[in-house]
Amino acid sequence: MNRANATLLNLAAVGCLAVFLWAAGRHLDGYKVQIINLIAVNIILALSLNLIYGFTGLFSLGHAGFMAIGAYVCAMLVLSPAQKEMLFILEPPIWPFSVVQAPFFVAVLLGGLGAAAFGVLIGFPVLRLGGDYLGIATLGFAEIIRVLANNLPRVTNGALGLKGIPAYANLWWNYAWCLLTLYCIVKLVRSNFGNALMAIRDDEVAAKSMGINVFKYKMISFTLGAFFAGVGGALLGNLLTTIDPKMFLFVLTFNVLMIVVTGGLGSLTGTVLAGIVITVLLEWLRFVENPISFGGYEIPGIPGMRMVVFSLVLLMIILFRREGIMGMREFSWKGFLRFFGRGGGAR
Amino acid sequence: MKNEAILQTRDLTMRFGGLTAVKDFNIAVPRGGMVGLIGPNGAGKTTCFNMITGFYSPTGGQVVFEGRDITGAAPHEVCKAGIARTFQNIRLFANETALQNVMIGAHLRQQTTWWHALLSLPGCLREEKALRAKALHLLEIVGLADHGHEKATSLPYGAQRRLEIARALATEPAFLLLDEPAAGMNPQETEHLMAFIRSIREQFKLSILLIEHDMKVVMGICEQIWVLDYGETIAVGSPEEIRSDAGVIEAYLGKESAANA
Repeated sequence: MNRANATLLNLAAVGCLAVFLWAAGRHLDGYKVQIINLIAVNIILALSLNLIYGFTGLFSLGHAGFMAIGAYVCAMLVLSPAQKEMLFILEPPIWPFSVVQAPFFVAVLLGGLGAAAFGVLIGFPVLRLGGDYLGIATLGFAEIIRVLANNLPRVTNGALGLKGIPAYANLWWNYAWCLLTLYCIVKLVRSNFGNALMAIRDDEVAAKSMGINVFKYKMISFTLGAFFAGVGGALLGNLLTTIDPKMFLFVLTFNVLMIVVTGGLGSLTGTVLAGIVITVLLEWLRFVENPISFGGYEIPGIPGMRMVVFSLVLLMIILFRREGIMGMREFSWKGFLRFFGRGGGAR
Repeated sequence: MKNEAILQTRDLTMRFGGLTAVKDFNIAVPRGGMVGLIGPNGAGKTTCFNMITGFYSPTGGQVVFEGRDITGAAPHEVCKAGIARTFQNIRLFANETALQNVMIGAHLRQQTTWWHALLSLPGCLREEKALRAKALHLLEIVGLADHGHEKATSLPYGAQRRLEIARALATEPAFLLLDEPAAGMNPQETEHLMAFIRSIREQFKLSILLIEHDMKVVMGICEQIWVLDYGETIAVGSPEEIRSDAGVIEAYLGKESAANA
């Protein structure tokens, strides 16, 4: 398998995806299209967390915070000044948001950059912490962002949230960003820079003695992760057309973390697969929250039952298959063709 | 010989609270020399290593490398200056292959950085190709050419030791610190290791400082030996001098044996 062939197969795969998206956009109903959209957004979010946690070993629970920043920045930029004036009924929006409007792509990019800027800002103090302490500090950061969103009415419209965000985030935008994220992270992780990140994850002391500036590398990884989390948040806001501070609770981080752990820490293939499976399951499992009649016996619907099921699933994964779906293995065309070649030969 | 020391420490001292782990440690390693640091358990040998490589910031004294004061520099800066080390308990990157381990060592001298890789710039791809070739060459030198794609931790013990040295060599050091390279090896492996250390010293023009418990190794390859006991330097000299030094025998075997000897 040479590089040219692999590139050709990659392009073919992207082509197949494009055909699928085109068909899905035309023939599936709005609900299913929405789930397909959510898959893309969740994959972006999970890939970014896997870069931070799976590849660099930084146990970060601040994803909801980065997403919130991305979502708010993007939403404030795509809304027109007139719309914002109507939305902000208590106090007028702060300059420059009161006058500017940006195209969707620029807004998403700035959303990501805003999140990355916060990544740098909190990275400086918290990345000196290790392990669980880092988790707690980043969790606190995400909470702070949420509280700020609640209490800065001129920036975020407070608890009222932002409504009527133009739904630019269609299938094409979402999957374009998803592929871009995947491409960037694959490139990084496969390079020798990626090796250095994994060295930090595996043994920080040895990494230092090999001349790796551990703090700087953690910072780069954390900031890049924050950038893509911001992009994911921005797309999510546009997809749902409405955001408010309550949306960015810890549960949001938990969902992303669940995808990463299920797919396998340090496996991008696993993240993509788990992103699809878990997003679909999250929707499909809604039936457990409805009243179920079971042979004449009526079980009343319990809201939140879905998350109980998911917590149990996560528990099972951690108990019985800690390495997730893929372990640290990755998809390769070579392996793919060999697998099917062997399957064909056996038959 | 001493006037051209590549590494020199001046009254290096490390105190942890009330405990003085190392006191007034003075060592001068000649360029191209092979020097040993020995002493009973807990004598402060590894503490000396940690002070030289920047893991500990010494509470007193100086470390001078190639005429430059590197006291208190961060570990990665020390490594960049040209000092590489191995660890007493092997510290390989467990989830990576042998080849990746060596490439991580080579990363230090890499010119292109993350955003070059992100954009797949041709210069970056070329450099990574060259790094890979360099890493493969180093694996060949340590006799692990066929194991490049195996996980580092799946290699046999002796091979892991050699891989750790290959990884250190990939940082292009002028000075190599080996912390008990022969630990846990049988006499035959030790014999191979001694020949191996001699050969890499020739090939890479290294100066080497090694900590070792195996006296056969120390006496066999070191030109000069420093002996530590309870953080104090109790003897310095050639292997012959050390072998007959009463203070050293006492530190290792106790007073009575010294009297009997």
